[in-house]
Amino acid sequence: MMIRPHRNHPLWLAFMLHRVSGLALALFLPAHFYVLSLALRHSARLDTFLRWTDMPMVKFAEFGLVFLLAVHVFGGLRLLALEFLPWSNRQKAMAAGAVAVAFLISGTFFLQAI
Amino acid sequence: MLDLRLYMLQRLSALVMAPLALGHIAVMIYAVQGGISAGEILSRTEGSVGWGLFYGAFVVAVSIHAAIGVRVIAAETLGLRGVPLAAVGWLVCVGLLAIGLTAVFSVTA
Repeated sequence: MMIRPHRNHPLWLAFMLHRVSGLALALFLPAHFYVLSLALRHSARLDTFLRWTDMPMVKFAEFGLVFLLAVHVFGGLRLLALEFLPWSNRQKAMAAGAVAVAFLISGTFFLQAI
Repeated sequence: MLDLRLYMLQRLSALVMAPLALGHIAVMIYAVQGGISAGEILSRTEGSVGWGLFYGAFVVAVSIHAAIGVRVIAAETLGLRGVPLAAVGWLVCVGLLAIGLTAVFSVTA
């Protein structure tokens, strides 16, 4: 199957990464909010859940979630700059920079978590 | 006209959320050191008006932002239009607001 030309462009990948990360975060939020809402009346259940999150695989999944959040934030800042600030030709560099900063932040989180 | 207003609201909610999301990331990196527990979370947030306002504003902005984003995906990828499309947007927005504000109340009350 031939990939359509525009889908070979690095900024199409940036667009898709922004969309997929946003959708994943939107799907994650209800679970995140539900778990935190246990704090007031069911703190023992919350502690049971939090102990489950000490598992290495869960820590790795959290690293992935923090990466998705960070790449959505920094990729989003690139889009806001693209739309509201004077045009810059360095869009690919900024998109790559957003991914790099997201890796740095999520990697820092992971190293603090383990 | 509705699409233009939603487009601007999406950008406005993003501008509100940018500093809140960066603050949230900083809090996560700080709080995760040494593991987290219900007691540890509550000791930081319970009775705090500041954290209540911070995370309350975050939940409102993210509910609007996520609802508009999911609505765009539903329209472009699933081809939804009209009432079903509006229903998806409102469901995501109201649902996230309800459980999100409950969560904020639970940890800051």
